[in-house]
Amino acid sequence: MSTKKVTIKAFRFNAETDYLPYYKNYEMEVGEDELILDLLNRVKWEHDGSFSYRRSCRHGICGACGIKVNGKAVLACKQNALALVELFGDELVFEPQSKKRAVKDMIIDKGDFWKKHADVLPFVESHVDAHPTSESKMSPAQLFNVLDADYCIQCGACHYSCPVIEINEDFFGPAAFAAAYRFSVDPRDNSSELRLEMTAKMGQGVWDCVKCFECVEACPKEVNPLEKITKLHNMQFEQKIAQRNVATKHAEGFVRSIKKHGLLDEADIVKYSEGQIGVLKHMGDAIKMMKAGKIHLVDQIPFVDNMPKSKNLDEIKKLIAISQTNKL
Amino acid sequence: MSQLRYALYTGCTARESTPELLSSTLAVASKLGIELVLLDEASCCGASHLQDFDEFLALVLNARNICYAEKLGLTMVTLCNTCQINTAMTKERLDKDHALRARVNMKLAEVGLEYRGTSEIKHFLYALVDDYGVEAIASKVEKPLSHFNIAPFYGCHNIRPSHLQHHSNGGENPYAPNSLDRLIEALEGKSVDYASKNKCCGFHVDLQAPETSNRLTGNALVDAIDNGADMVVTPCPLCHLNMDIKQESAGKMLGRDIDIPILHLPQMVALALGCTPKEVGLKYHVTKAKHLI
Repeated sequence: MSTKKVTIKAFRFNAETDYLPYYKNYEMEVGEDELILDLLNRVKWEHDGSFSYRRSCRHGICGACGIKVNGKAVLACKQNALALVELFGDELVFEPQSKKRAVKDMIIDKGDFWKKHADVLPFVESHVDAHPTSESKMSPAQLFNVLDADYCIQCGACHYSCPVIEINEDFFGPAAFAAAYRFSVDPRDNSSELRLEMTAKMGQGVWDCVKCFECVEACPKEVNPLEKITKLHNMQFEQKIAQRNVATKHAEGFVRSIKKHGLLDEADIVKYSEGQIGVLKHMGDAIKMMKAGKIHLVDQIPFVDNMPKSKNLDEIKKLIAISQTNKL
Repeated sequence: MSQLRYALYTGCTARESTPELLSSTLAVASKLGIELVLLDEASCCGASHLQDFDEFLALVLNARNICYAEKLGLTMVTLCNTCQINTAMTKERLDKDHALRARVNMKLAEVGLEYRGTSEIKHFLYALVDDYGVEAIASKVEKPLSHFNIAPFYGCHNIRPSHLQHHSNGGENPYAPNSLDRLIEALEGKSVDYASKNKCCGFHVDLQAPETSNRLTGNALVDAIDNGADMVVTPCPLCHLNMDIKQESAGKMLGRDIDIPILHLPQMVALALGCTPKEVGLKYHVTKAKHLI
């Protein structure tokens, strides 16, 4: 069997004794069947018994062994090591999912993840008769609507790949949103309204998602959290939970603009979303843009419309008229 | 090489706040002999915000845009990462889900159109790098960018999610993309290696969460500057807008002076192919590219 010489550069840190983290290199011959978990074991068993990481099921289902290798979130027990050498070269950098939450080496304090996950009520909330006379059935179509969201194993790969989680501690994050979606579309559940209200709230909810697709890329179970985030957005409008605010008006304002021009009127969407007073905080940027020729002055005068228009605009108008399903 | 022909979906930004993106794209195409047929019928892609409001409507409008590329029998080329992902995601969903395609086509039939799934969707960056070829571009360089350290900023919607993007981005590694780096080197510039090159600029929460947006943009720009960049180049006009306009507010938030020009991908290529700063529209930048003018 062929092997390859690999250098593992491992993040080392002990919150109890170390002032700063450091990296330590371990060289080893890696075989084509070895997983990242095998390499973690070999660092511990062959080099340094104090090296620490979480592992349990070895079958990609407990979610304990999530780490990052060269910035890519992986489940150590599912990820072939040489496949990563192929992707990144023969130096593999092992890091915990979140360096700022490191406790010891690969082990992090996942408390924020669990709290947010629990906050969205990740279970079916239902008043069940203690002595039911029939089963509560779910149709195939209703099950399909869950969109694989119940494959989530709470490993934290998406949560700690999310750039918003890094800088906004109120933000629920992709895993909690996927769970909120999964239980809100369950026909047996009674708490969907509560979850939609929670995830609609500015600062913590779906409107603070930057749509970077890091969560989709990171998920080892192909849950696609961003797809569920988009569904939660739509459900806010469908179920009349969306409040009129800058974010919802911005989303809805696209229809207004496309109806009129085919294209998005970039200046108008800011005015419309922010309102007459809110828009004033953008004056600084607007003046800079005007000076650079990015906004033409006539745009700022009402009733002067110099927007470029899509050809066959009547088609676009008609398609909006017959396809639009949501309202704000 | 037979002549490359594409249907060009400009998106809104290239027709409004970044006219320099469209003019420099056309300049590059004319220098390299690539034929671009403008899709003047196309509407806005929804920028992922219309998708948040009304997913189905967004699918219908994007399918209509693709129909016009199909009518021409051409691959659709995009200039904006967000147009790219919204169009490509529409295509992926309609190609996979035939019931959904039928629902969308029922609407399109009302205006005499039908989505068939015959056109590919590709960003201009990959038309240059993969179809035209980095070496072929290198052979056309008239004004090498030899003195410049250029930081590539890829933008999310061209590299993630890889299962979707790999159809059109040459298998770019989302954790270590290199197409822009290779292009910079082909133009004889020095590509700057820095950790933020595949990160998010925060554009999509500009209105509702300006702090998040400023911090993400600021972090990336400071990272580029600290690694010696003279300028940043990006294939996405939304990244461009955020990074070009928000330097003062992002700098204030991070406690750093940020002053670094942000070039559109085709501006950089056009300059190396011999176009003048005027031709590529550098005057439209808020943060002036002083060392290029």
